[in-house]
Formats: sequence, C-alpha cells, structure tokens
Amino acid sequence: MNAKPPLVCWFEDCASDSLPLVGGKNASLGELLKAGARVPPGFAVTTAGFRQFMEQNHLPECIRQVLEPLDPDDTAALERASAAVRREIEQAPFSIALEDAIGEFYRRLSLHCCMPATPVAVRSSATAEDLPDASFAGQQDTYLWIRGVDDVLEHVRRCIASLYTSRAIAYRKRMGFAQDEVAISVGVQKMVDAYTAGVMFTLNPVTGDRSAIVIDANFGFGESVVSGEVTPDQFHLNKITMEVVKRTICRKEFCYTVDLERQCSRRAEVPAERQSIQSVVDEELLELARMGTRVERHYGRPMDIEWAIDKEVPEGSNIFLLQARPETVWGSKPASAVSSGSGTSLDYIVASMIAGRKVS
Amino acid sequence: MATVITPAPATFPAPHAVEAIPGTEGWERMYPYQYQFVTDDPERHDYEANGFWFYDGLHYPEPLYPFDMIWDEAWYLALSQYNTRIFSVPPVYGVDHRIINGYIYITPVPVKDPKEIEARVALFMERAGYYYENWDALETKWVDKMKKTIAELEALKIPAPPELEDLSVVTDAVGESEGYHLLKAYDDLIDLGIRCWQYHFEFLNLGYAAYVTFMDFCQKLFPDIPVQQVTQMISGIDVIMYQPDEELKNLARGAVERGVDDTLQAHQDFESARQALEGTGPGREWLASFEKARYPWFNISTGTGWYHHDRAWNDDLNVPFASIRMYAGKIREGASLERPIEQVQRQRDRIVSEYRNLIATDADRATFDQLLGTARTVFPYVENHLFYVEHWFHSVFWNKVREVAAIMRDHGLIEDLEDVWYLRRAEIKDALWDLVTAWATGVKPRGQKVWPKEIVWRKAVMEKFQAWSPPPAVGTPPEKIQEPFTVVLWGVTNDSLDAWARIQDVSDPENVTEFSGFPGSPGAAEGVARVCRTVDEVSRLADGEILVAPTTSPSWAPAFTKIRACVTDVGGVMSHAAIVCREYGMPAVVGTGHATKIIKTGQRVRVDGTTGAITIIR
Repeated sequence: MNAKPPLVCWFEDCASDSLPLVGGKNASLGELLKAGARVPPGFAVTTAGFRQFMEQNHLPECIRQVLEPLDPDDTAALERASAAVRREIEQAPFSIALEDAIGEFYRRLSLHCCMPATPVAVRSSATAEDLPDASFAGQQDTYLWIRGVDDVLEHVRRCIASLYTSRAIAYRKRMGFAQDEVAISVGVQKMVDAYTAGVMFTLNPVTGDRSAIVIDANFGFGESVVSGEVTPDQFHLNKITMEVVKRTICRKEFCYTVDLERQCSRRAEVPAERQSIQSVVDEELLELARMGTRVERHYGRPMDIEWAIDKEVPEGSNIFLLQARPETVWGSKPASAVSSGSGTSLDYIVASMIAGRKVS
Repeated sequence: MATVITPAPATFPAPHAVEAIPGTEGWERMYPYQYQFVTDDPERHDYEANGFWFYDGLHYPEPLYPFDMIWDEAWYLALSQYNTRIFSVPPVYGVDHRIINGYIYITPVPVKDPKEIEARVALFMERAGYYYENWDALETKWVDKMKKTIAELEALKIPAPPELEDLSVVTDAVGESEGYHLLKAYDDLIDLGIRCWQYHFEFLNLGYAAYVTFMDFCQKLFPDIPVQQVTQMISGIDVIMYQPDEELKNLARGAVERGVDDTLQAHQDFESARQALEGTGPGREWLASFEKARYPWFNISTGTGWYHHDRAWNDDLNVPFASIRMYAGKIREGASLERPIEQVQRQRDRIVSEYRNLIATDADRATFDQLLGTARTVFPYVENHLFYVEHWFHSVFWNKVREVAAIMRDHGLIEDLEDVWYLRRAEIKDALWDLVTAWATGVKPRGQKVWPKEIVWRKAVMEKFQAWSPPPAVGTPPEKIQEPFTVVLWGVTNDSLDAWARIQDVSDPENVTEFSGFPGSPGAAEGVARVCRTVDEVSRLADGEILVAPTTSPSWAPAFTKIRACVTDVGGVMSHAAIVCREYGMPAVVGTGHATKIIKTGQRVRVDGTTGAITIIR
C-alpha cells in the first residue's frame, strides 16, 4: 500500500478494481486479459500520471479560475472557456519522468509488435463517476493510427483535454461536481490492422439460446458490421460441442481499411472474387468461440464482444477481442421457466402431444 | 387443433394426380383394396385430397411384394388401435395407409373436436400413465410374451399332405388330415405374425412420445439445440441390439485364443472352414461355440427385416463368418474391438451437464431431469424390440412361409419357391384350399394354370415399380403433426419438408456436388466413398472409407469398425445408422433420399453430420 501508484502501467496490470487508477475502458481490457482472451497489447497512462501532469503545470488553479465564474447556460462563454482550458492543457509539458515512462512503454510496445513506431489508438478511459452515462463517456476522444513518440504524447494531452469539453463542463456545473477533482486515464493500444472483424454474442441474440454463439463478420474493420452498413456473414456455433452448426455467407461488397496518411479508415470495395467467400475460416471461428466462452465464464453472463483478426500478426496469435460488454437484451430479462417443474413426465407428454410439431 | 390447410413452402403432387406407370394397369389387385386412393367416393376422395401422405421410405426403400404387405397391415392395425382404442392418445387417432405403385404412404389422423381431445386426455393419463409407471415390470412381461410367441413360431410344423395318411391317423382315431393341418398351420403362421405385431406397438408409441417430449422440452430451453445432441443425451445405454455383433467379436477372440484363426482365414466359405475345423480338438471347440452363438443371436436380418429377401445370418453363415474373419484379423493386427462405450458415456455426461448448467431456473432443471430420466427408461425398448420382432421373429417367419411355398411348388401352383411373395397372403390361403381339395379329391389343382401366369405378370409390374421414384409426399402439408411415431421417424419440420422437396429435384445425379440429409451424428469427416447396396458388399470396405448405403441394420455392424462416416438414403435420427454412429462417435448423415444414386464408389466426399451437408469433391 505504501508503493506509489505507477504513472504508466501495462493493460496486464489493469483490472476492474483498478478503475480509479486506469479508468473504465482500460480496466475492462485488463479484465478481458484476465478472462484469458487475447487483446491488442498496450498500456495506460494512469490517473496518477494525469494528476502529476496537472499539478506540475498548475492546471487545477487555472481551471478553477476560468471555470468557476461561468454560467452553465451561457453557451458562448462555455465554449470560450473550454477552448482556453484545453489550449492550456495541450501546451503544458509532461514531467521528464512521465514523458520518459510513456516513451519507454511505447518503445517496448513497438518492440513487442516487431514494428518500429507501431501505430496505436490513443483514447481516454474515464473514471466515470462524474459522467452521466457510458455514451457520454464515449464522446471523449479516440485517436487512431497514431505513430511515433511525439504524436503519442500530443494525443495523450488531447485526451486529457477532452475532460473539458463545453458539454462536460456544463454537466458538472449543473450536477455540482468540482471541475478540478475529476480524473482521467489514457489508453495507448496497438491498432489492429483487421483482415476481418465483427461482433460475437455468447448467446443467440434472436432466440436467447444460451447454448449458441453467434458471430457476424466482414472483411476489414468491424465498423461495417457494427454500423449495419453491410449484411455480414453469420455463423452459429454450438457452445457445448464447439462446432459450427450454421453458416450464412453473404455478398460483402465493401469493407473498411486504413488510410495511413489520413490516419483514418476508409471505405473500400471488396474485389468481386472475394465478395462471396467466407470471411472467417472455421479454425478462427472456433478460436473466437473459445475466447468468447472464457469471457462469458469470467463475467458470469452472456456477452456482446467486438473482435478483429490482424493481417500483420502471424497466425495463431492474430485473433483479438477489442471490447466486451454484458449482452443487454436477454441478459437483463429475469429468468423465466418454461415449465412448472412440478408436473409429472406424463403431464408434459400430454402437453407436448397436444402442442404437436409445427409443419407449416 | 384442426388440421388447417395452409400453403406450405414445399409443394407435393396431389395424391390422385400421381400417374400410373404404363404397362402396370391392374396393379391394384396385388394389394388390399382399402389401400387405393379413390375417385368414386366423394367423401373419401376429399379426405384423401386434403390429407398429407408421407412416403414411408424408412421402412420401404423398395415397392412392396404382395405377401410382404402383411407387416404393413399388421402395423396399420397395431399402431392405430393403441393410439385410438387402447391408450386414447389425446390429439390423434391412428395412422392411415395408402399405396401408390407399390409404395406405402401414411398420414396421421388428427382428433378435431377440442372437447373430445379433453375427454381423451383423462383416459390417456389413466391408461398410458399405468404403462409409464410400471414400465420396467411391463417390459419384462413383454419379453416373456415375445419369447413365447417366437417359441410357438419355431415349433410350428408345416406338414406336406402325404400320398397316403399314416396308419396312426386311423389307429389313434385322429379324425383330421394333413391337408387340414396344412390349412391350419398356415392360419397359425399368419396369426402368430399378426400377434407379434400386436406386441410390437404395445410400448413403441409411448416410448416415442416420451422421447419427443424430452426433445420438445430441450428445444424450448435451447431453440438452437441440434436434434442429435438430444439423442446423444440418451445414448450409451446398453441395449441387446449390439449383442449379435458382440457375439461375432467373441467368436473372433475365441478363434485367436484357440489358435484356429489361421484356419478361418484360409477359407472364404464357412462350409469348407467347418470341415477343416472338425479335424482338430480346438477347431471342434470353436465350432461348438459358434453353434451356441447362433441361437438366438444369428437371427439377425441382413436388411431391416421388413422384406422377405432380407435374409438372416442363419440363412447364410458366410455373412457372419466373413465378419468373424475380419475381426480376427483386426485382433492379430493388435486393434481393439471394444466399442468406445466409456468415451461415449463421458461425452454424453458432459453434454448433459453443460446443457443442464445453462438452464436458468430450478423449475426447468427439475423438468429436464425428469424428462431425461423418462426418455432413458423408454430407450432400451425403442431399440430392443427390433431384435425380437424385425430380426428374430421375422427371420424365422420368412422361412416358415418358404416351407409353405415349397409345398405349393411341389404341387405346381408356383414354379419357384421365391415366387410365393408375389401372392397376397389371402391368395396363398385360396391356393392352399385349391391344393388340399385337389389333393383330397385326387385331381389337379386349378391354380397350376392361374398363378404361374399371374406371377410372370406381377414380376414385370414389380420391376416397373422398382424403376419408379416415389414422391416423398403427396397432398397438402398440415400446420402441425401430433402423432409421436410420425414425428420421431420422419422428423417432420419445415426444414425436412423443404429437404424432401429438394430431394425430388435431384434430376441430374452426375453433376451434383452438394446435397443434404438429416444430421444423424455430429462431426465432420472426409474420405473415399464406398457404396454398399447390400450387406454382402460390406466386406469390400477398406479402413477409413465412408460408407454410403440405402439403409443399415445390425448385421451391418462390422462395417462401423472400419469406416470414418456413414451416409444413408433413408432413415431419421433414430435410425440404426444414426444410433450406431453416435455410439462410435463418428459422423452420419441419414435420410438423404438418393445418396446411393449420386455418390460413386471411389469419389472423395465430405460428410458433415452436424449440418447434414454432403459435398462431393469432384
């Protein structure tokens, strides 16, 4: 307990109980690792790092001064104040210790990925208590395809600055939260250059069947699947025998790939000859299902999981889970029995005969 | 409750629109008149047109010989009486039968009045309830009844009318002739057959109902659960259907232990092996054990037992002998002949416990346990009755009819013993009357000029029937099926109707690369296909091949120790091939309709027993 909390730590050292230190997003990545899933490697700039940065640059005083007199309904003033505070944050230097730590972790990450200046996603990981809901938290910034130490440092600052958007400031004012007591962690994670990606439910989202795993997939990044822009391939697996029991291969006309120059994804056409082929091979489906089952067991409930397969990483270690959250549609329903549990076999036999088998 | 007529995704021909095959006109007289689809009775015609008639390809991969109709009439009566008149199955009466070009079509008859269904529920609870409650004790009684019936059959003498009756007929004042005894023996023979089938359905539909209920419940809990995982939950229970195959393995072990297996391997033919073995002490010992195993275990049909041409091991000892030699060879190679029963049981227990753990409420878990228990209670009967009825009884029965046929042949009523099957059993009775009255009178039977000519014509008709492909169903699909027997054996679902309709469309077997059947046993395998149309061809199987067969029966058992997967033309998830493959833990796709026509020996095929897909790698 005497050890000072680290300024930077690997995802492997994050867990749900370290949420105040690493924020929700990084904590859940740590949990996924603990569940036995493979997640893209990365590290967190902790709230300790954040506080050191803020205090060394006397930013809390500055924030108090600028934000205290503000009227939450004066939109123009809010915007001006937000811009001023964020500019202060983005221009403030890191301490040598923190800058070295981030630089060193990034260098080791690149080494681990066998790629100098490996592209990463830099995203905020909110400690969340002061935020109204998860979707609001999601509005905090995410920067993709960032390469090189300088760019990483710059975007860590930007993520910190995202605590002070005009909307966040107004919300805290209305709720009576102190503007200088909020904390944020930042995650720096290797970008997955997805060959194929999609979502996985550890139940059948249509029937609620807990013995099923349903995987939707398209080439490229998962955003084409998540957004519903394409009809993805769909695979049903049986959780008990771990077999693919049903596959629906769709025509996938486009997908998203990376535009490295503009550091964003772009829509690209899938070559005609690949449009109707299975976007995930069976071995990969089984590996995904095994990871999904482990995650479900770890969390003790059906999960909704985003995943991707990296084309740059060798086979056998290229399947990654990006995010996992409890499935909400069936998961939030109270368990209801389909039988009384007190009838005799004969009662059920009669009922089953009368119900019959649907034919048409 | 009513059978509401709604358009189904799959369409089938109208029962009255199926065209007669040119050159078979008049075929109807080969079968009972009530089996015809009619046009001269408007009420019956409407009933037939509005019904949905399944081709019973599971039992009848071939058209029916007029005599072989006996079992169809026997089960028509037996199943229906238990449903309608004995147990009072609430939503359904019996199963009605028709015939088209020699092929049997059946339809369950629903009870339409909800009040009547309600009244039948109370009766069913009392009557069927008694059977479920006392299942094991009643099943023991059943085995006794069956054994007694078989003993009567085996003891039945078929006397040939002598030139002159024995003197003892006079001195014992018997007052009856062998001519009369022949008529009586034939009546007794037929009567025993019908009685045996009365017993056949005593438990069967109740067993199926319990089984279907467990399956329904599993599907309610887990809408995506594959049917064969439900059947896997009740697998691994020892049933006597495996005993004949066990006997062969034991004989193989015995041959190796006694050092006589070289003698076995030196002879293709059992008779010559027997002569060689009789020359040595160990050989004679082994022959004694062979003779001991024959009763009753070689009363195993090489087919389903439903056709007279399904001969038993006892009829052709070369069939079991070839398997014994193969097993002995395997033992010498150091292979294990054990069925992986423990592995199957472990797998079964794992599946049960994993599904059970996924059940969300205690109430449903309690129901699951109870229904699984009931399904396991009924399972042995559902399997074992086949040995007593279709194999043991039928094998002996067919040969008794051959004894009758031999007498008819000797009196010139038929030319060949095997011609007898072209006569209906009532026609045989007529012919026997002709025979004995002519014998008694000292004249020639009239039938000498009637039956041989008729049989020539009937043979030509049967050949045309053989070449014809019966549609998988005729009529209009109902909304639902409530008859347990129909549900289990035909696995009637929308998917299966679509699959049947697709089977009809296989018009170009040369170019088909993908088709499907019912997933019978999970897993996937790829290998070289071997098409075996009869059990005699099983000896050609090489290790690791994929067996493609019209259907299989216990006498095919040795095949399953060699193959990697199995595909059949007919059968559902409870068919022999599906059950055995689940026991051996290898994939099976059953009820494909035309696998033996589409797949050629030597082709590489991929069999996916989880989805039912078959791919020919051309």
